[in-house]
Amino acid sequence: MENYMKLEISALSQNEGFARNAVAAFALCLNPSLTELSDVKTAVSEAVTNCIVHAYRKDKEGNKIVIECRAEEWEVGGVLHITVTDEGCGIADVRKAVEPFFTTLDEEERSGMGFTIMQTFMDGFEVDSEKDRGTKISMFRRMGQTGVLREKCEDEGKRADA
Amino acid sequence: MQIRTDYRDRVLYMCLSGELDEHNAALARRDADRLADVHAQSERAVFDLGEVSFMDSTGIGFLIGRYKKFRCYGIPVYLTNPTLATDRILQMSGVYRLMPKI
Repeated sequence: MENYMKLEISALSQNEGFARNAVAAFALCLNPSLTELSDVKTAVSEAVTNCIVHAYRKDKEGNKIVIECRAEEWEVGGVLHITVTDEGCGIADVRKAVEPFFTTLDEEERSGMGFTIMQTFMDGFEVDSEKDRGTKISMFRRMGQTGVLREKCEDEGKRADA
Repeated sequence: MQIRTDYRDRVLYMCLSGELDEHNAALARRDADRLADVHAQSERAVFDLGEVSFMDSTGIGFLIGRYKKFRCYGIPVYLTNPTLATDRILQMSGVYRLMPKI
């Protein structure tokens, strides 16, 4: 079965908490572990923060961020697909931008770790960006399958014992 | 984001609580820097992260910024008590090399 949601929010920093918690609440249908849930919240927070801090840096009024989630429910757990889209300034050099510690805003105490965190905490991650048109982040995370793995291990253990 | 403080034996303890994201970092920055100025004679400073319920890369930037601020006064900074999620981000970004975990 598939479940879907679309969330459109103003690009304001006070919406960061709302956005990551809304995605986490949606993800609950996949029966995630606490770690999976916290990883997804962090990745969404990074993507939304990027829109506010970078994409809409020059023109701060009336900007929108669209977050779409698709939950692919499997027999046990499933996969959560997330896209975060803005219509901001775009990224001139994506390859450079995703390098750890790279930041265009050194003077603002930015760590340059946003993309690295998204890459590390999700199972798949992609940046699609066009200068002056906007950026779309697509990522996915497998969830709620810890139990399956445990059962599989136990099965194999039993077979090894026999 | 709130900061509770305790100053004992020339050690400044700062207990952060709440969500450390882009929205909350500005106030926390101002408060922590003021504490650094007031307690400039400290021997060391410790951030207790036990009550930080959420942190992303903005939090890393925040901590590194405070490390630099305290370093101006020659005060080493330590981190303590991170939750599992916070600990993963801190380890991944190498923050403990600047501010050891105690």
